[in-house]
Amino acid sequence: MGASKDSAVSDEINQQWTTRARRGLAKSFPYEKLLPDTQPSYLSSWIYVFGALTIGALAMIILSGAVLSIEGPTWWHQSSLGLFVNSLHLWSVELFFFFMVVHMWGKYFMGAWRGKRALTWMSGAVTFSISIAAGFTGYVSQTNFDSQWIATQAKDGINSTGAGAFFNVLNVGQMLMWHIVLLPAVVIALVAIHVILVRHRGIVPPYTEQAREVTP
Amino acid sequence: MTKTRRFNPDRDVVEWKGGSRPYDLLKEVTICFIVVAILTIALAILFSSPSDRAVSLHTWATSSPVDFAQTAITELDGTSASATYGPPYNNTAGVSQRLGPISLAELMGVNETVNPPTDFVLQPLKTVRGDHVLYTALATFSAAGVGQQASWERAYEKSVVNATASGGSVMVPSGDYGPVSQMISSLTQMAQSGALDTSMLNEASFFGMDYTKSLLFLSDGGYLTTKATGQHLTGDQWGMMNEVGNYPGQSWLWLYTMWYQVKPFSTSANADVQVWALMMLLSVLLIMVPFIPVLRSIPRWSKVYRIIWRDHYRSET
Repeated sequence: MGASKDSAVSDEINQQWTTRARRGLAKSFPYEKLLPDTQPSYLSSWIYVFGALTIGALAMIILSGAVLSIEGPTWWHQSSLGLFVNSLHLWSVELFFFFMVVHMWGKYFMGAWRGKRALTWMSGAVTFSISIAAGFTGYVSQTNFDSQWIATQAKDGINSTGAGAFFNVLNVGQMLMWHIVLLPAVVIALVAIHVILVRHRGIVPPYTEQAREVTP
Repeated sequence: MTKTRRFNPDRDVVEWKGGSRPYDLLKEVTICFIVVAILTIALAILFSSPSDRAVSLHTWATSSPVDFAQTAITELDGTSASATYGPPYNNTAGVSQRLGPISLAELMGVNETVNPPTDFVLQPLKTVRGDHVLYTALATFSAAGVGQQASWERAYEKSVVNATASGGSVMVPSGDYGPVSQMISSLTQMAQSGALDTSMLNEASFFGMDYTKSLLFLSDGGYLTTKATGQHLTGDQWGMMNEVGNYPGQSWLWLYTMWYQVKPFSTSANADVQVWALMMLLSVLLIMVPFIPVLRSIPRWSKVYRIIWRDHYRSET
């Protein structure tokens, strides 16, 4: 009777969402994949560094943006320290896009989607697109002449798509919230997914020029 | 029986069975962060960041009172770009850009209501206190019929083209403008005092963060555009991807901005929606590269990968 009860409890535990999620994660993402200490020997080119450089730039963007947010959106107009932190924010964004574009071209010429890695490519490409929106909302939240001009120019494009009905680039409060909350959250989540997919599938092997039979 | 399919070099890989080499992921990420931090700090020290002060209705009316008055009358008579914009600001029919037969802006409707005659001119003037000449002008204007109002407005709009500025005041050749001349003069003075900025921003609430009306008013005039032209920021100067000075701006928007420089977009009345549609299509293509024939084969055909993996291919031979 007692054994039967124990078995029922064990079955219940095995069926729990938490248990199943833990087992699935342990199987798909073992520590050896998440934090590898070796890589295939073909991984020996400077082009591989640009992914990590992009993440480094993203970290600088978040750090400098966090410091800017402490004193508010107009602080950097009145303080030399604020101007310096704003400059850090600006240049880390410029580096972020530069590294990301080089990373993307590198991955394109590696055919990095091969071997069930299409989602890895797609998550990276979507991250690039959302990052453009995140950068744009930053440019229109600067509360200076550039932000005025960019907003008044960009409104026509955005309004022509119908998006102006809910995404008003002339509303600096709305743009600032998109810039510091919504879009960074999406970018960070996408980068996390992208990195996890890279770790899950591994780095794409070099092209082989010999035809082979494969099992789907 | 297990099914097999032909190996596709643009989709499949031969999983790596070769050797491996030591790799310290955390060390690489840390070093990358330090390198980026040093680079960022160096760039920030060397080049700082652009910070041209924002312009306001106050600086506009003070620096270019004639341009302000010329714009203000178009707001009052409803002929300005903002007054005739259509969705999402107002219901002007048939002006929204179309993609073929479809106007996405009209489908989404008006959600940021802007009525320039009222919002930019009449309502702000009604907040002025102690100016009996203005009270009389507003009362006269309000009591007149629509036809009479339009007649005064047309006459003023025609004459203000030849106006001159004197000591901040706008001198318009004499004519039959009814109360309109006084109204525009008062609005100009209100803007010069800074009160118009406050009035338009705080119309709905004490706390103002929505600059829709102020920016639309500014963009209807020539002052903002003249300043932008001097800073190589207009649409035909690769527009909003630039910043003041020699800063790189949003250089990643080069492809988006490029379309505006070439035909048919550079001469199209529907350029914005056409360029956006094209960029959306190109974005989808970028995301879907792994599944698009030819596009996904170019890397293999180009053999650039032989440079990237040169050590690997050298060791194979």
